[in-house]
Amino acid sequence: MKQFIIFVKKEFYHILRDPKTLIIIIGLPIIQILTFGFALTNEVKNSKIAILNPTIDETTTKIVDRLEASRFFEIEKSINSPNDLDAAFKSGKIRMAVVFQNNFQSNLLHNKKADIQLITDASDPNIATMVSNYATAIINDAQTELNPNYQMPYQINIATRLFYNPQQIGAYSFVPGIMAMVLLLISTMMTSLAIVREKELGSMELLLASPMKPLVLILSKVVPYLIISLFNWLMIVILSVWLMEVPINGSFLLLFLVSLVFIVASLALGLFISSITDSQQVAMMISLMGMLLPTLILSGFMFPIENMPLPLQVVSNIVPSKWYYSIVKDIMIKGLGINAIWKETLVLVGMTLFFIAVSLKKFKIRIS
Amino acid sequence: MNLAIEVNELTKKFGDFVAVDHISFSVKKGEIFGFLGANGAGKTTAMKMLIGISIPTSGNATVAGFDLNRYPDKIKQNIGYMSQKFSLYEDLNIIENIRFYGGIYGLSRKEIAEKSEKLLEKLDLQSVSKSLVSSLPLGWKQKLSFSIAMIHEPSIIFLDEPTGGVDPITRRQFWDLIYEASENGTTVFVTTHYMDEAEYCERVSIMVDGKIAALNTPKQLKQDFKAASMDEVFYQLARGAKRSDH
Repeated sequence: MKQFIIFVKKEFYHILRDPKTLIIIIGLPIIQILTFGFALTNEVKNSKIAILNPTIDETTTKIVDRLEASRFFEIEKSINSPNDLDAAFKSGKIRMAVVFQNNFQSNLLHNKKADIQLITDASDPNIATMVSNYATAIINDAQTELNPNYQMPYQINIATRLFYNPQQIGAYSFVPGIMAMVLLLISTMMTSLAIVREKELGSMELLLASPMKPLVLILSKVVPYLIISLFNWLMIVILSVWLMEVPINGSFLLLFLVSLVFIVASLALGLFISSITDSQQVAMMISLMGMLLPTLILSGFMFPIENMPLPLQVVSNIVPSKWYYSIVKDIMIKGLGINAIWKETLVLVGMTLFFIAVSLKKFKIRIS
Repeated sequence: MNLAIEVNELTKKFGDFVAVDHISFSVKKGEIFGFLGANGAGKTTAMKMLIGISIPTSGNATVAGFDLNRYPDKIKQNIGYMSQKFSLYEDLNIIENIRFYGGIYGLSRKEIAEKSEKLLEKLDLQSVSKSLVSSLPLGWKQKLSFSIAMIHEPSIIFLDEPTGGVDPITRRQFWDLIYEASENGTTVFVTTHYMDEAEYCERVSIMVDGKIAALNTPKQLKQDFKAASMDEVFYQLARGAKRSDH
């Protein structure tokens, strides 16, 4: 036990005295959350729009107010004539123009029909579609409010409900993704690097020649990274909840426990990598190419797995983060309990046991 | 028993390759024993077996009074090991390195404190005890590393090319430490590439192709091979080797 404590202490000296390691450990989660949260978001917020409203009346004012009040739009200017539209778009300042018909309210009252035209800058088609969808939704809302009892004689009403994330907030899907990515990187890459470094230095031989038991040796090498990973996990959770306003709808304890399972699986993976190579460079390559890329591509975090060709769908099953990602979404966003996630958790446990068994076997061969 | 190490038909095979081929020899207590051989001759493999980090294919040895096949853990507690490749953790300071090695050899906090004070005084390193090892010159590191390998007062110290890369004066100073340890009763088992260092040993064994080709005092070896220096002895033996580097 004393050996263990003194070893863990030494490991923390290594970590705390290497600025590169520190930056990765502390900086990575923060940078990821911030970039994904504020830069790489697929929501379109605060789009600047122009309004062309020839006859200002109660109804148009209401609609314009609603658009302005939403977090999606910001009214850049009012335009007086259709001729100015072109110039407004060319200035590059606005994404959309909302054009009301002449005498909008009186048309609506007397003819039961009035038109609004949404003109978007489709040089980026995805944004154009999204912006017009937001606007349509807001205008429809306004219409319902203006005329709650009105029903058309024949009408198919499509009521869409977006379960779990009605506002389509991007953070709901990237936070679990970042959790998987950061934990995997810290646990797997840092652990394998730390062990392989001792091999490269030659200190591993010295340690093996000491009375320290190999199992204690491995444990004391792994435990510091377990602690750091848990710290990182907590940091991500705090940042996501307070900064990104991502809820934890399910049980926090359950989330913690499955994260612990995932961390242990990643540590076991790191152990496995360190058992198959003697060079830090190779360990790093395996961790990055073998872990980070599949996590980004095959976990379902960036690209939906359902859309992939079948072979890739099959391959995605061996990526641990795929399982963890789905568990975290189930717990945090959908608020589901153990019944929904036990299968995925079992897969992770199975992977952990497999990697530990293989590394121990490799380790024994090495000594003999 | 007056023997520190007794090796009997010790063999290590990697597949078809016989790295160490039925070697037998013994080392007396307090002796400085030089273990020589060209690269690839099998001396590192033999040494790894003796310190318990490689399991022999066949044969046996008694190290520090314990059977190698049965009590490798007992042996580890009673030997020290220092290699040229790794001496100390560069990002730890001197005191932290001492505490770490003292700790993994199971020394108590009090013992470590006493030992480190003595050690620092002896090597005249008190003023830099809080400096990172990376800031020390190589010669100092090696002396410090040797002293740390001796911190648990082992009965045998294994040195794997301990003086690689340092200047002759520092090497001479390093050997003073070795002599001192030997005078205090510690058996010294040392591998080296420097033939002048072989002359400092009481007895020398030279390995060729996994076997021990010669074993005697440097003086006797020179006589037997009608050579003026150990260098020449080594050359005569190693010339016939089938295995060379890699």
